Amino acid sequence: MTQRRRSNQNSSPETELQTPETTGATAMRLIVPLQGIVQGRGGLILGSLIPCALFYFLQLYLKRNRSPNPPPRSTSSANLGELPRTSSRSNLSSRGSIGPVQISVRASSIAKPSDSPYYIGLEKAAEDPYDRLDNPNGIIQLGLSENRLCFDLIEKWVSENLTDSIMGREGGELSISGIATYQPFDGMTELKVAMADYMSQVMGRTVLFDPSQLILTAGATPAIEILSFCLADQGNGFLIPTPYYPGFDRDIKYRTGIELIPVHCRSTDNFMLSMTALDQAFNQARKRGIKIRGILLSNPSNPVGNLLSRDMLYGLLDFAREKNIHVICDEIFAGSNYGSEEFLSMAEIVESEEFDRTRVHIIYGLSKDLSLPGFRVGVIYSFNEKVLAAAKKLTRFSSVSAPTQRLLVSMLSNTRFIEEYIETNKKRIREIYHLFVAGLEELGIRCAESSAGLFCWANMSSLIPSYSEKGELELWEQLLNIAKINVTPGSACHCIEPGWFRCCFTTLSQEDISVVMERIRKVAETCKSSC
Amino acid sequence: MAVLDIEQPNSAPLSTVAISNTHGEDSPFFAGWKAYNENPYDELNNPSGVIQMGLAENQVSFDMVEKYVEEHSEESSWGKGAPGFRENALFQDYHGLKSFRQAMAGFMEEIRGGRAKFDPDKIVITAGATAANELLTFILADPGDALLIPTPYYPGFDRDLSWRTGVNIIPIHCDSKSNFQVTPEAMEAAYKKAESMNTKVKGILITNPSNPLGATIQRSVMEQILDFAIRKNIHLVSDEIYSGSTFSSTEFISIAEILEARKYREAERVHIVYSLSKDLGLPGFRVGTIYSYNDRVVTTARRMSSFTLISSQTQHLLACMLSNKEFTQNYITTNRERLQKRYEMIINGLRSARIECLKGNAGLFCWMNLSPLLEENTKEGELALWDIILNEVRLNISPGSSCHCSEPGWFRVCFANMSEQTLEVALRRIHDFVEERKKGKLN
Repeated sequence: MTQRRRSNQNSSPETELQTPETTGATAMRLIVPLQGIVQGRGGLILGSLIPCALFYFLQLYLKRNRSPNPPPRSTSSANLGELPRTSSRSNLSSRGSIGPVQISVRASSIAKPSDSPYYIGLEKAAEDPYDRLDNPNGIIQLGLSENRLCFDLIEKWVSENLTDSIMGREGGELSISGIATYQPFDGMTELKVAMADYMSQVMGRTVLFDPSQLILTAGATPAIEILSFCLADQGNGFLIPTPYYPGFDRDIKYRTGIELIPVHCRSTDNFMLSMTALDQAFNQARKRGIKIRGILLSNPSNPVGNLLSRDMLYGLLDFAREKNIHVICDEIFAGSNYGSEEFLSMAEIVESEEFDRTRVHIIYGLSKDLSLPGFRVGVIYSFNEKVLAAAKKLTRFSSVSAPTQRLLVSMLSNTRFIEEYIETNKKRIREIYHLFVAGLEELGIRCAESSAGLFCWANMSSLIPSYSEKGELELWEQLLNIAKINVTPGSACHCIEPGWFRCCFTTLSQEDISVVMERIRKVAETCKSSC
Repeated sequence: MAVLDIEQPNSAPLSTVAISNTHGEDSPFFAGWKAYNENPYDELNNPSGVIQMGLAENQVSFDMVEKYVEEHSEESSWGKGAPGFRENALFQDYHGLKSFRQAMAGFMEEIRGGRAKFDPDKIVITAGATAANELLTFILADPGDALLIPTPYYPGFDRDLSWRTGVNIIPIHCDSKSNFQVTPEAMEAAYKKAESMNTKVKGILITNPSNPLGATIQRSVMEQILDFAIRKNIHLVSDEIYSGSTFSSTEFISIAEILEARKYREAERVHIVYSLSKDLGLPGFRVGTIYSYNDRVVTTARRMSSFTLISSQTQHLLACMLSNKEFTQNYITTNRERLQKRYEMIINGLRSARIECLKGNAGLFCWMNLSPLLEENTKEGELALWDIILNEVRLNISPGSSCHCSEPGWFRVCFANMSEQTLEVALRRIHDFVEERKKGKLN
């Protein structure tokens, strides 16, 4: 429609049309000089100009007459058809000028409904949530790694300590003036100090964290994004072992434009990273012209729940040094380490050796270990001054809310409470883990070896109709729609072997487990009989 | 022999974003803050320190918020025994608490005297207006595109809207002849400038009431701006963060009212940014919102808000506070009165020193004209004067050039972030400085 009217054309299309008689005469006038050129008589310039001109006018003619008159538009609808177009070149050439006002290209992909089972499952489960009393036929949520096991402890602490925590006691008076005004965007110093100490406690007091190397953000989600913005440019890549947390696809790729290059891990290795695979992935990416800027790992790993060994951590640092890239360790599940193996933070490795620390960065948060995802508290911990300086400035877009900071200073500084919490939490996760995994085993479903996290990595490949991603998704749909449990299929985590599912069990009570197992059993039986 | 650089030759490289200086923290706007931080004024302990007049913070109505929190501490936390705590602590849904959105919509309606309606489902929560503006920029424009912004504008925009987004700002120049109000000619000129640079304009962003002018945009001008956006088929972002800080209840016309009068035709290109940092004096809480009439923008903004959600604890507290009509009505009225009083105090004080300001009716600052005091009527002259005022008079005020003002000599002076006594000290210092300067000129 916009091509129909150009502002510097006043005549209507009809008068531009050539009638058959004039067309013929015009054609003659054009062809004769052409003949002249062919016969060697006419000018070269005319000979080349005329066909080009003819071509151009043909295109113009076709464009103008391409679409029939558009239907009349109603005046009440919000559109721009009736308004005269300006002669602005950019308006005409940009797609945005046609039809309703556009959003950006990068937003368009986000605007589309998600096709990832990870998000679809979460939504469906939220629409019809299971409740033992009120909605016993609802969907049981096993797709969100949330920890509900120790709220009784936190609630007790809150009711005993509350007013002090939000209001503060400046000179004995209740006052929020300390927290209402502008705070440093990267967090109050008192909270950084408390957080550094808490992190050390959670990780078994084997490493000390320096508050001046710590930045607070509104959740681990912006922490990882801000760090990514500092370490790589659009089009660069991070190597990432699979299977990995589906949220990384959003957190890292959405706005930074950084690519995630998978490094596939196998069940034969219990999904532990192999240095050979890492090296191969690096080289392949380089061949494709992608500059690798870092490795992103989660330790404890999500979704498998295993821990990186000391050797592996050293190996990664060596690799990073050799390729001169960064190492990002997401240690958000560090406190959910219920197994007998000790959790080893990358910070500990770096402290003990004379490594080039400036390439090491750690992500942490309170959403998993302390069950406070709503409060939005994340951490970037880095050994690199420049990264800290840049990231600090970026926290203006994602700061922790001041009342929450005040509450947490109180909570985290209460070391005795934290100690009790950490121990009880691990114990309860361990109990539920054993019950859940045993329940699955009775159904013939085995899980990968894991010792941390809020989930298990279950092998349901014997139940899938075909050993493929398609088969896996079919099983996932049956589990969601028939068994009414939401689990995360391995393909959403980029797992290269079909049939693996992440099942989060820390939102369940012990009674719920039997319900879950019963539901899975029914689906398992149908699968076995039809496979 | 020189000490070796600590920087190791093979430290892994950083990104362009990390090493760029789009953060703008080397500009005078921020340099003044540094000077203040190093030598802050204190009535008792440091009476000759730098008085901070460069921070648009509202401290005049704080007592009302404090009183509310004191009297409703249980209700606004989680009640006795904290039964609501668990659900609140787990709530990380990017839709935001419904009760919070409802309270926010109601509050925004109250500020506009009920002349516009707001739908809670069109509200997207963000951790502050800074995040809201950046988020909208990501959604409305691609790297290399441009937003048009009338000058003078808030210096933070250069950083907030450009740094990570890669989007450019093209200024719409406004001058004192039209009281710095936007004109259609100025908008067209800016648009043409973009065209000549082969840059696609995706939107126009206005702040109403304006920062740094401290004045509301007239209705006729708002209509012209909306018409311009329609003509060019671009978005219109209206940052109404100071809407509750107008001195009268009727002089502020929100874009929402204009849309309502037009029966919401063309509304899908309009987006409003709001926050509680200025009107409620709670910048530490990090509470911002995007209100969009465009469903696709709402959906996308919501998803992207995962990077900048408001703490559920804070949402809960504010849901209680803002739905308490007794509190909000009293607050809005009293806040307006107090801001007006402050404004009059500073205007009269400046006038007695023969300094004129732009006529203002909103905000936490006034737009002061010091051009008669400039040695030379240039940006350098303005910065020289600014430097003297910072280091000798020891007042941190914001030079117009950092706000991209095309006329030298204008300064933004904040008046709501200090006690009345401190303001008097500041006015006395200005008075003395102007006298000295005059004497100096006569010599």
